[in-house]
Amino acid sequence: MAEKKQKHIVIEPVTRVEGHGKVSLLLDERNRVKQARLHVVEFRGFERFIQGRPFWEVPVLVQRLCGICPVSHHLAAAKAMDRIVGGEMLTPTAEKMRRLMHYGQMFQSHALHFFHLVSPDLLFGFDADPVERNVIGVARKFPALAVQGVMMRKYGQEVILRTAGKKIHGTGAIPGGINKNLSIAERDELLKDLEQMKTWAAAALTLCRDYTVEHLAELAPFGTFDSNHLGLVRKDGALDLYDGLLRAVDHAGTRILDDADNQDYARHIAEEVRPWSYMKFPFLRSLGPENGWYRVGPLARLNVCDFIDTPQAEAARKEFAAAAGKPCNLTMAYHWARMVELVHSIEKIDALLHDPDLQGLDLVNRTQRREEGVGIIEAPRGTLFHHYRVNRNDEVVMANLIVSTTNNNEPMNRAVQKVAADCFDGKKITEGLLNRIEVAIRAYDPCLSCATHAVGSMALTVETIGPSGDVRESVSR
Amino acid sequence: MTGADAPRLLVLAWGNPSRGDDALGPAFADAVEKLALEHVTVEADFQLSPEHAHLVARHRYVLFVDAASAGAEPFTLSRVLPGGRWSFSSHTCGPDAVLALSETLFNARPEAAMLAIRGHEFQGLGEPLSAAARRNLASAFEFLRPLLRPECFGGIMVRANGMCPTQGD
Repeated sequence: MAEKKQKHIVIEPVTRVEGHGKVSLLLDERNRVKQARLHVVEFRGFERFIQGRPFWEVPVLVQRLCGICPVSHHLAAAKAMDRIVGGEMLTPTAEKMRRLMHYGQMFQSHALHFFHLVSPDLLFGFDADPVERNVIGVARKFPALAVQGVMMRKYGQEVILRTAGKKIHGTGAIPGGINKNLSIAERDELLKDLEQMKTWAAAALTLCRDYTVEHLAELAPFGTFDSNHLGLVRKDGALDLYDGLLRAVDHAGTRILDDADNQDYARHIAEEVRPWSYMKFPFLRSLGPENGWYRVGPLARLNVCDFIDTPQAEAARKEFAAAAGKPCNLTMAYHWARMVELVHSIEKIDALLHDPDLQGLDLVNRTQRREEGVGIIEAPRGTLFHHYRVNRNDEVVMANLIVSTTNNNEPMNRAVQKVAADCFDGKKITEGLLNRIEVAIRAYDPCLSCATHAVGSMALTVETIGPSGDVRESVSR
Repeated sequence: MTGADAPRLLVLAWGNPSRGDDALGPAFADAVEKLALEHVTVEADFQLSPEHAHLVARHRYVLFVDAASAGAEPFTLSRVLPGGRWSFSSHTCGPDAVLALSETLFNARPEAAMLAIRGHEFQGLGEPLSAAARRNLASAFEFLRPLLRPECFGGIMVRANGMCPTQGD
């Protein structure tokens, strides 16, 4: 009954094909924001696509789901299939090659997000004209910075190419191992630009840290709320982006999921369906849907880990915790946390490129065949779950994925609601409100691109819909 | 016009190869790649990203290729100038933005055209190209194939007037 009296304000980015992500602001009778609903398109039809396929094809097939983080899907699926072939105890060469691939993905994704999407907000301010507040604007005013962003992204792509075999639809990871090692020539090629990448990554971290510290009073309340945080940690509590135990803490840092075996994820995590959203809402079973939702991604990972095992990133983590708190619940601290991981990733790439195991010849381990496997990885945007069952004919009969953006579904809604409640004047969708909603969503680096991309731009359309469903205002950006 | 000094054309296509007609871009790139042309670089990706500016900057001519969900059949060919269209999220950008980055960051402004091949079915994950899309792909390839020579690269740009060439421009 109450919903019938609410007004809806819809913010809808539209592609020509698919990829609708829209924000509906539900207003009460006094025109205050009562609830925000962020609608994000997920890939659909995956189960149908994958069922009946031979399990060994899955690590390659799943890359077709997403053009933004195909490597994360590739590796999560491969990890699940390791279980199917009893090969989860990878050879040193296999595990290190996969890790190198993963850190390459993390490095290029974090770099692109920061330079392409975030730096315009930081360098020009949230209220700057969107015509200027984009990467072209950055390129014009800060060309050296923009070149760094492009070249760091390119470097990460090169790491992926050398480890996965191809830039798209890589085949590097196979059930139980990998199908290639890193040749000396490939290693030397990647070493050429390594020092430059380390320097640029450190500079990006400094830029983001300085901005956040300088503007902390302004950023602290922006889209901020208390939440639980979830991520993988190594057995000794270190940050581990490739594998580990599932750990969650609440907003105050109390352990609420205590280093659970990731194969048991379904015992601890469930998903709620809400009628207005295609995307589900994951939560910790022990706390229920109301209190068990959590954040994932760089901020959550820094909140759940005890330390980072690379020196520069660990120093940065300590600095982050001292300035922003541990656990930190500030939405805008995601960017700083992301840059800590950027530095961590290039430190890991550095260490791996100097490890002779990458030239090893023992690539695959397979033992006892199983019919079920789970692969969990920390993708750039957060924890990514792949779960499969395979029959005796080697065909996939069940697939369940929880992608990072889904894990952050409730937090993104909360962030938008907080920003809208703080900034909406009860009358019009202003440019300032639009800008701030964009900034709040961007903090989570959501993947809205599992949909297709035909010729066309993703515009931002704003509609105001009255209680009777009539469109009162429509604004496109 | 041959040899090392001849201009190079970059065919830069994007799309998801496993989402029905979204595969038109990669399919076109695949067809060109099979020709193994000396002065043509072929690159296919899931989507266009800022780092493509570095590759674009190293070519005198660029042919962007993507599927189109609307517009003329079987394809349109139009000029692209540096500009800036940005999505509010995700990591993609348009060809005009890639050109703008090429110009601003690498001081290179290649001549560029956009080949938009009309598709119809984009929803199904794992679906092949539709019959109509296959026909349109064949038309586009048939039209462009004789022009993929250094002496004709400039001609591609001249013909890129936004009209559908097979309907008479």
